[in-house]
Amino acid sequence: MANTQGTTGLLGWIDDRFPLTKMWREHMGAYYAPKNFNIWYYFGALSLLVLINQIVTGVWLTMSYKPSAAEAFASVEYIMRDVPWGWLIRYMHSTGASAFFIVVYLHMYRGLLYGSYKGPRELIWIFGCLIYVALMAEAFMGYLLPWGQMSYWGAQVIISLFGAIPGIGDDLTLWIRGDYVVSDATLNRFFALHVIALPIVLLGLVVAHILALHEVGSNNPDGVEIKKKKDENGIPLDGIPFHPYYSVKDLFGFSVFFLFFALVVFFAPEMGGYFLEHANFVPADPLKTPTHIAPVWYFTPFYAILRAVPDKLGGVIAMGGAIVVLFLLPWLDRSPVKSIRYRGNIYKGALAAFTVAFLILGYLGALPPSPGRTLLAQICSLVYFLFFFLMPIYTKMDTTKAVPERVTYK
Amino acid sequence: MSSFAADNIDIQRRRFLTAAATVVGGVGVAYLAAPFLISWSPSERAQAAGAPVEVDISKLEPGQLVTVEWRGKPVWVVRRTEKQLEELPTLDEQLRDPYSEVATQQPPYAQNQDRSLKPEYLVMIGICTHLGCSPTYRPEVAPEDLGASWRGGFFCPCHGSRFDMAGRVYKSVPAPTNMPVPPHNYVTDTRIVVGVDTETA
Repeated sequence: MANTQGTTGLLGWIDDRFPLTKMWREHMGAYYAPKNFNIWYYFGALSLLVLINQIVTGVWLTMSYKPSAAEAFASVEYIMRDVPWGWLIRYMHSTGASAFFIVVYLHMYRGLLYGSYKGPRELIWIFGCLIYVALMAEAFMGYLLPWGQMSYWGAQVIISLFGAIPGIGDDLTLWIRGDYVVSDATLNRFFALHVIALPIVLLGLVVAHILALHEVGSNNPDGVEIKKKKDENGIPLDGIPFHPYYSVKDLFGFSVFFLFFALVVFFAPEMGGYFLEHANFVPADPLKTPTHIAPVWYFTPFYAILRAVPDKLGGVIAMGGAIVVLFLLPWLDRSPVKSIRYRGNIYKGALAAFTVAFLILGYLGALPPSPGRTLLAQICSLVYFLFFFLMPIYTKMDTTKAVPERVTYK
Repeated sequence: MSSFAADNIDIQRRRFLTAAATVVGGVGVAYLAAPFLISWSPSERAQAAGAPVEVDISKLEPGQLVTVEWRGKPVWVVRRTEKQLEELPTLDEQLRDPYSEVATQQPPYAQNQDRSLKPEYLVMIGICTHLGCSPTYRPEVAPEDLGASWRGGFFCPCHGSRFDMAGRVYKSVPAPTNMPVPPHNYVTDTRIVVGVDTETA
């Protein structure tokens, strides 16, 4: 007996009670994606892959990790030395954290290149920005858990940022720490947030991100809406079903990713102090700050912006503003075209300047401050913010090329 | 909708009940949220852990610094030299709060030129008022990395804040205020208790 999906047998029995075939068709078998995706379109699927890696390795790590100030550092060393294959699982998790930010930054940059945040995809972008914020919180809290020197003092500095808020600042930091200093109470609650609360938030946001994407359909390197040209069956002429075309393409991407991932896990898990900082191999000492505090590489651009402002509250506002402004991107961009392929030289120049400024900020944030470096960080911070604040003006002034009716495909 | 209207449903009444139930339920949710939010505050145990600490300063040489732990924070006791004390007033021009006017940063009895009970001994919480790092003690004059104008004091390696030998903050650094002086008093001439004031100090 056939149902609305035309399935019979066991599958038909399930489909009568649960939309299994319907969901499969909507998100895989009959989700039509543009046929002209390029290499930039790997990073969304790779983000999902790394998320799964983090969840699986994370669950295994919690089996041997002790979230207490007295035992945390030793339990991590126990995982590294005594737990069978513990070193591999821990390095997969720590390398996965950095890999997560690499693929997410590239995924976001793809959005900048091809205008993927522009209407009708504003909500996809906003869900994505929320994922980014949740991911930063997740990474920050996870970094406290090994209870090394950098864990401790990094957390001390980041929590103190909230102390800059006038009026409630000091009480707020006390509330976050649950003690007068970063202590066992802080470690224990960060563990709870890192392994339970934030992963749930992240997964919910990822589902929202993908549902929103599948509702409006994917953008592509040409920034052409493929739903405008459909065949007699209502299928976009430039669309191909996600499965098998892109599922197989992504599997190939996964294998290339794992090649690089394994190289880091097996040969350079500390990545010269960028993925796991040297000072974190010393247990936390509340009486002594390491001589040079730097956040892990994925926070350094924002840390450089914080340090560029010679005022406590001003620095915190600048750093927060640098992230908040990302959310406004869909409304700051007034260009009639999406893709960089059809934009003029002004936008290309602005994006190039922004890219260089962001990379320099990331480099400076990992170094100790000096007057010359502070000045350079101030210039780059200015470029960062001008890219966004002047966007409504220069995207309107820019001369754009004609966008083709159909995607270009070689 | 017309079929419902025919059933004589009072829409006004239904809206009122929905709104009233939402408000009452909202108050309930707010009350229920309170214990979860307050639960993050310091526990009774954490609040009780701030017992005073005694420091023996009889063996402290001039210019030397010792660190003790009080409420999980580093507390420094520094025996300052005559020369360092003489230099303190000459720095006033370069400081943000030379007269320690921010009352929260020290007890009233330390709101003086050298921010201490006895000028020779500085007792201070070794936490930078910027973002909570612990500055390093740099008593030497004009070292290469800190520049010719450095008169000795405390330098925070995290974000470059500078403090003088009384923990007073220099202008144009990120730290907003002087470093805090904890409540303390002298039990004898060579023993300091950190964590309690005493009126008879």
